[in-house]
Amino acid sequence: MLKSFGKFSRAGVLAISALVIATAAQAADISGAGATFPYPIYAKWADAYKKETGIGLNYQSIGSGGGIKQIKAKTVDFGASDAPMKGADLDSIGLAQFPMVMGAIVPVVNLPGVKPGAMKLDGKTLAEIYLGNIKKWNDPQIAALNKGVKLPDSSIAVVHRSDGSGTTFNFAYYLNAVDSNWSSVGVATSLEWPVGLGGKGNEGVSALVGQTQGAIGYVEYAYALQNKLTYTDMVNKDGKTVAPSLESIQAAAANADWSSAPGYGVILANQPGAKSWPMTAATFILVYKTQDKPERAKQVLDFFGWAYDKGGKMAEDLVYVPMPDSVVALVKKSWSDVKDSSGKPVL
Amino acid sequence: MLETATADREKSVQDRRNRFGMRFGDPIFRILTLSFTILVLLILGGVIAILLEGSWPALRAFGPAFVWTASWNPVTENFGALVPLVGTIVTSIIAMLIGVPFSFGLAFFLTEICPHKIRQPIAIAIELLAAVPSIIYGIWGLFVLAPLFQHYVEPFLIATLGDVPFVGVLFQGPPIGIGILLAGLILGLMVLPFITAVMREVFLSVPPVLRESAYGLGATRWEVAWRVVLPYCRTGVVGGVMLGLGRALGETMAVTFVIGNAHRLSASLLAPGTTISSALANEFTEADGDLYTASLVALGLVLFVLTFFVLAIGKRLLLRNTKGTLA
Amino acid sequence: MNRAVVKRRHRNDKIVTGISLVMTGFVLFTLGTILATLLWNGVQAIKPSLFLESTPPPGGEGGLANAIVGSLMMTGLGILIATPIGVFAGTFLAEYARHSRLAEVVRFINDILLSAPSIIIGLFVYGIVVMGMGHFSGWAGVIALAIIAIPIIVRTTEDMLSLIPDALREAGAALGTPRWMIITKISYRAAFQGILTGVLLAVARISGETAPLLFTSLNNQFWSTDLNAPLANLPVVIFQFAMSPYEDWRELAWGGALLITGTVLILNIVARLSAKQKARS
Repeated sequence: MLKSFGKFSRAGVLAISALVIATAAQAADISGAGATFPYPIYAKWADAYKKETGIGLNYQSIGSGGGIKQIKAKTVDFGASDAPMKGADLDSIGLAQFPMVMGAIVPVVNLPGVKPGAMKLDGKTLAEIYLGNIKKWNDPQIAALNKGVKLPDSSIAVVHRSDGSGTTFNFAYYLNAVDSNWSSVGVATSLEWPVGLGGKGNEGVSALVGQTQGAIGYVEYAYALQNKLTYTDMVNKDGKTVAPSLESIQAAAANADWSSAPGYGVILANQPGAKSWPMTAATFILVYKTQDKPERAKQVLDFFGWAYDKGGKMAEDLVYVPMPDSVVALVKKSWSDVKDSSGKPVL
Repeated sequence: MLETATADREKSVQDRRNRFGMRFGDPIFRILTLSFTILVLLILGGVIAILLEGSWPALRAFGPAFVWTASWNPVTENFGALVPLVGTIVTSIIAMLIGVPFSFGLAFFLTEICPHKIRQPIAIAIELLAAVPSIIYGIWGLFVLAPLFQHYVEPFLIATLGDVPFVGVLFQGPPIGIGILLAGLILGLMVLPFITAVMREVFLSVPPVLRESAYGLGATRWEVAWRVVLPYCRTGVVGGVMLGLGRALGETMAVTFVIGNAHRLSASLLAPGTTISSALANEFTEADGDLYTASLVALGLVLFVLTFFVLAIGKRLLLRNTKGTLA
Repeated sequence: MNRAVVKRRHRNDKIVTGISLVMTGFVLFTLGTILATLLWNGVQAIKPSLFLESTPPPGGEGGLANAIVGSLMMTGLGILIATPIGVFAGTFLAEYARHSRLAEVVRFINDILLSAPSIIIGLFVYGIVVMGMGHFSGWAGVIALAIIAIPIIVRTTEDMLSLIPDALREAGAALGTPRWMIITKISYRAAFQGILTGVLLAVARISGETAPLLFTSLNNQFWSTDLNAPLANLPVVIFQFAMSPYEDWRELAWGGALLITGTVLILNIVARLSAKQKARS
C-alpha cells in the first residue's frame, strides 16, 4: 500500500514540477482591477493589445470600490475607479491618478412597448424614483415628461448597485446636485439605498433590468447598447432634452478644467451646455508613484500610452469619448513621476 | 562462498531495516497520524482565530449592538448585522418549512409505500439532487424560476393572500421574481436531499418488530409512521432537521443569485433582501475601508457561531439515535 | 361507530399516501427539470472551442479552456494535499484512539468543519494566505479546497477503517507484525476501496465549490497555469458570466455548469458503484 502510495506521490511531484516549469515560460500579464464602467472598452483594448504585443491584461471588473481596495493592498498592478480619489488620499497612499476615457451613465428601463430613446426623465424625477417617493410608472411626474408614452399602472422595480461603484458615485453626485432630498442618502461609492434591488457591477444591473419587467436602473451607455436595453433621454441643466451620444458627452466635457483637481479628478455631472449629457463621467487609473516592480509599471504605462494613441477609434465605437490631446500630453508628462525605489523613472 | 557472503550482507541490511521498522516504525507512524489529527483541530482553531482577528475593529467599534443594528451604511461607516442576519434566518425558516414536510413525505414514501424494486433508484435520484453544485441551483433559480415567479406565482400570491389580515403583510410589493421567498424556496430544494437521507436512515433504524406489531394490530401505514416510527426516532429526525438547517444557514451560491442584495428590512417576503453569506460573496472583495472589511468579517463570525451551535445540537441529537455513518 | 372510525383512518391513510406520492413526484420532477434545463442550455455551448479557447471578452468568441485547466489544477492539488492529511487523521481516530476523549473532540470538530459554510473557509484562507502572500493566487484556492476536502476524507477513512473487524488486526499482531505494518498492510488494504470512495466524494464536493474561490484564487481572463497569481476556474467564471447581460457569456456559463454537474454526477455514481462492489465482495 505504501509502495503504490509512493508511486502516486512521485508521479504527483513530477506532474507538479512540470506545471511549475511550464508556468515559468508564460508571458507576463499585467493585472488590474476596478470599475465596471469602462470594462467594455478595456476588454476591447486588451484583446487588441495582446494581438499586437503578446502582453495580456488581466482586468477584474469588480467595481471602483474593489479597484481602490486592491491597489491599496498592492494585489494588482493598477486600480481603476470612476470615483476620483481626493488629493490628500492620493498623496498619503502615494498614488498617481489619471483619466482614461469618458462615458455616459444612462437610465435604463424595462417597459413593454417602450423603445430606446422613447422616454425621457429629468434629474429630479430620477432622484425621487430612487428615493422611493415615486412608486408607480404612471405617476403624474413621469407622465408629464412623457406625453404620448403608454405608462403602465405598475410598481417601479428600482435597481441599484450592490457593490462599491464609481458609477454610483457619479450618479449620486448628479442626483444630489438636482434634488435637495438626496442629501439624506449622500454621495459615495456605496450607499444605503432607500429602495431597490442590488446588482453586482454594471453587468449585474444590466442583467437585472433586462430580466425584470417594470425595472429601472443606471448603467454605462456601452452596456445599454451591447445588451439592447431601453435607455431614456434626459433633460439637462439647460432644460434641453438630450440623448446619450459622443456629441453630448463631448459637450459636457468641453468646459472641464482638467488641471483644477488633483489627479485630474474632475466630476462631469450636471455640466452646463445645451447639448451636454447630464450624467457624464470620466474614469481613472491609479498606479503607485514609487514602484517595487518597475518593469511591470513600465508595461502598464506602455499599455495606457498605446490606448491613448491607438485606442481612440475603438473607444468611439463603444460611445466612449477619448481624452482630449492636451490632457493626454499633460498625463504623459506626469508619468515621469512614476519611479522605481531608487528614484529612476520607469519609462 | 561469495554468494553466502553477499546473502549474509543483504540479510544484515534487511535485518537492520526490519529492526528499524520494528523499533521506530510504530512511534513514527503514531506521531505522524497524531500530528495530522491535531492539524484538523488547528484548522478549526485557526478559523476562529482569523475570524476574531479580522472582525476585531468592528467588534470594538460597535460592540454587541452590532448584532441588532439594522443600518448598513458604508458612507457613514455605520454597520449592523441585523438585516443580513434576519435574511439568513428567514430564508432558512422558509427552507425548513418547505424542506421538512417534503422530506418527511419522501422518507415516508421510500420506507413504507414504495415497491422495493424502485426504492434504490429513487433514493439515488434524490441523492443526486444533493450532488448538484449549489451554483447550478442559483443559475436555474435566476433564469428559470425567477421569471415564473415574477409573471405567475407572485401576482397570484399578492392577489389571493395580499389582503388577508396578518398574513397579507408578507405578500406586499411589486412582483419582481427574485427576493426572499424565491431564495427560501431554492434553499429548501437544496437541503431536501440531506434531510431526506437522514430521515430515511433513521426510519430504517427502527426495529422491524415494532413496526410489524403495529401492523399486526391493524394500523394503517400512516399510523405506523406517525405513531410508531416517528416517536421512536424523534431525536434523530430533529437532529437531521438541524443538520439541514445548518446547511441552509451557510449556503451561499444558491442564494446570491436570487436574493436581490438589498440591505433593507422588509416585512414582505416578496421583497429583496440579503443573507450573511451572500453579503460576503458580493461585497468582500470590494469593501474599501478597514471598518467595512472588519464588519464583513464580523458577519462571517456571526454566521459561524450560529451554524456552529445549530450543527452541534444537531450532531448531539443524531448521535443519540443512530451510530456513525451519516452525512 | 367502529365502522366510521375505521373508514376515517383508512381515508387519512390514503390522503397521506397520496400527498407523499405527489411530493415524491414533485421532487423528482424538479430534479428532472433542473437537469433538463442544464442539458438544454449547456449542450449548445459544447463545441471544441469550449475546451480549446480561453474566456473571451464580452462579444468575442471563446471557450473555457483556462477555467477548466485552472479547476483541474486546483482540484487535483487540493486533493493531493487533503488525502494524506485526511487518511492519516482518520487512521489515528480509527486505529489508535478509537474511544479516547481526544478522538471524540476531533470527530466533533471534524463534523463541524464538514458542514461549516464554505465561505467562512474562504475568509480564513484569505486572512492567512492571500494577505500573507500579498496577492490572490491559485495556491490560496488550492489550500481552501483542501481544507474543505479534509473533513470528508477523515470521516470516510475513519468509518471504513472502523468497519474492519479487529480479528484481522489481531491475526496480524499474533504473527508479530508491528502496529504500523498492521495498519498499512492489513487495514489499508482491506479498506482501500472505501477510502477511495471517500476521496472520490471529496473530489465531487470540491469541484462544485465557488464561494471559497471568490476570495482566494479570484479569476483570470487569460490562459495561465501560474499558481502564484489569480487563476481561472470554472465556478467563479460561471458566477461572473451567468450574472452578466451578455448572451455569449451566459451560454458559456451554462456550458461550464453542465461540465461541472456532469463531472460531479459521474464521480458520485462511480463512488457509489465502487462502494457497492466492495459491499458485495
